[in-house]
Amino acid sequence: MGWFLLPFDNLLCIVLGISFTVGFSSLLVIVVPAVLGVSIGIRRLYMKSLLKVFEWATVRMERGAKEKNQHLYKPYSNGIIAKELSSLEQEIQELRASGTTLSSEPEFEMADIMYFCRRGVESIVDDEVTKRFSAQELESWNLLTRSNFNARHISLRLSVLWGLGLFIRYGFLLPLRVTLAASGIGLLVVLTTIVGFIPSGWLRTYLSEKIHLMSYRICVRSLTAIITYHNSENKPKNGGICVANHTTPIDVIILANDGCYSMVGQIHGGLIGVVQRAMVKSSPHIWFERSEVKDRHLVAERLSNHVADKTKHPILIFPEGTCINNTSVMMFKKGSFEIGCTVYPVAIKYDPRFGDAFWNSSKFGMVNYLLRMMSSWAIVCSVWYLPPMSREEGEDAVQFANRVKAAIATQGGLVDLLWDGGLKRGKVKNTFKEEQQKLYSKVLVGDQEDQGEDRPQEDEEEEEELEEGDQNEDRPLEDYTPRPLEDCSLRLQEEEEERGSETPMKDQ
Amino acid sequence: MGSRASTLLREEEIEEIKKETGFSHSQITRLYSRFTSLDKGENGTLSREDFQRIPELAINPLGDRIINAFFPEGEDQVNFRGFMRTLAHFRPIEDNEKNKDPTASEPLNSRSNKLLFAFRLYDLDRDDKISRDELLQVLRMMVGVNISDEQLGSIADRTIQEADQNGDNSISFNEFIKVLEKVDVEQKMSIRFLH
Repeated sequence: MGWFLLPFDNLLCIVLGISFTVGFSSLLVIVVPAVLGVSIGIRRLYMKSLLKVFEWATVRMERGAKEKNQHLYKPYSNGIIAKELSSLEQEIQELRASGTTLSSEPEFEMADIMYFCRRGVESIVDDEVTKRFSAQELESWNLLTRSNFNARHISLRLSVLWGLGLFIRYGFLLPLRVTLAASGIGLLVVLTTIVGFIPSGWLRTYLSEKIHLMSYRICVRSLTAIITYHNSENKPKNGGICVANHTTPIDVIILANDGCYSMVGQIHGGLIGVVQRAMVKSSPHIWFERSEVKDRHLVAERLSNHVADKTKHPILIFPEGTCINNTSVMMFKKGSFEIGCTVYPVAIKYDPRFGDAFWNSSKFGMVNYLLRMMSSWAIVCSVWYLPPMSREEGEDAVQFANRVKAAIATQGGLVDLLWDGGLKRGKVKNTFKEEQQKLYSKVLVGDQEDQGEDRPQEDEEEEEELEEGDQNEDRPLEDYTPRPLEDCSLRLQEEEEERGSETPMKDQ
Repeated sequence: MGSRASTLLREEEIEEIKKETGFSHSQITRLYSRFTSLDKGENGTLSREDFQRIPELAINPLGDRIINAFFPEGEDQVNFRGFMRTLAHFRPIEDNEKNKDPTASEPLNSRSNKLLFAFRLYDLDRDDKISRDELLQVLRMMVGVNISDEQLGSIADRTIQEADQNGDNSISFNEFIKVLEKVDVEQKMSIRFLH
């Protein structure tokens, strides 16, 4: 039987040899530029060729569908329905046959319910909030099963291409990337611990910056992230806070690739805890114990102290508090905007054609998510550094937060929503329903009711949206801790309890 | 979200729903995608909690009543057919012009069926009459705490007085139709579905 195995043995050796050589050389080609901080341009070339393949695939898909006379499921980016954008008052007046405006007698018509009824059914068919918590739909197929509409069965060539893509992604790219990521993190931990022994001074700061940047560069390559930074002259400076829209935990790596930041978060156990503790040895990050997170004043104090010290790096905060799917920006929690220092807004926009970066934490755990990321084609994104902003006279924290949010949304081409990202898991507050009821009562009984409650935005578009005044009163410290770390801990630590009784309940 | 949509809905089902509701093929697949995205339990049916998870619906004063309208009598789950059947009430009437079939039964989005939908929002116990109590309940839902009981009571009384014709102190469906004869129901109870 021995002679059977000989050719296989040889074959096996050859295959192993080749794969090791290929793997090792790719590692070298990737790691060396990362260490030196240089870019060869391989990734951009890769991106361009992928785009060409995708276009070809889409054309074939459409042709194939026509041949087989199948209906091709095409997601329409302009929505399912066209919504009426008129106010409650307008609509109810239209419903009234008489059309008389305010009189002293309360006017009620049975047809009034039709307004609420239609609005209700419209929101069932298409609402602004729930679709932000799941991955964006693509116009064309990018050869990943996870984003397709069963297109791979349409033609043989397409199936072959898909199969080839599968092999390349899982057989070649994934192991390569995992190795890279592991080495990147390992290096970070080891080197920062070593640097931690050097006494404080310029040498330590210098070395720590270099090490951090290098490790992040390796991590970025391990995800094949192709990042374009715009307006680097606005990069965050020491003594400020950097705020960005949040799509995935990878946002941190993407930003830290280009500059040094101090992270804020809750300290975890496990692997992440090890990394956190190592990082803090060589540069000042702000990690909170679980118990400290609820103490609003403590958090504010630590953040203020940090920004007051001009030698420390800018703090990186994601004010949305949770991952949103990169089509919109949701409510910014006002905590970071109360500190009173310069805010450097950053807009991050991912290109979904190469792999959707959004972390749907109710669907995937952290490890699952990272594996999906590493087996996508690439992560392509653009980062815009916006000019710094400060709080103006007569502006309160909430208005300031909204101004920053609007700037980020405009730059990134995202929809600016006032809804709270916390609605991913929690229930909406009753105050908004009460507002609707109040508005309707006004229509019924006229302006006899006191109009003392000044709402900053009375205009109709926002009547149904969040009212800032009472949003954050009973939410102490979620403001400061970025949710992804928290979500991550939900997976890693099974004995996780509810995050404070003030938060609306989290199910699923 | 579109990843599994069209695979789980068979062509025959789509045809059946098309006949019953009048939606087009692409509208049905699109709405199926929406249905599955609301269905967190992934069991092919929606429960009341699934609807309440929509923030814009949760803040609607009549949210609970509207959700109720989707569920058949006494049931807690609605499947895609039921979902579509209820949504069909909100199709614009103009869309019907293409398939004028005199032998077919009245389409779900006729003026009369739209009015019936609105009537059922008031008539909780389904006894085909809107009593003073039922009217008060709906009024209370719509105004919250902003109007006193007495004022609300007088509004209800006046409304019933104006509508009631046979003196039974409640509003029947026919009386309801009469009250709303001048209202552009076709437009107010229609949603513009994109093709």
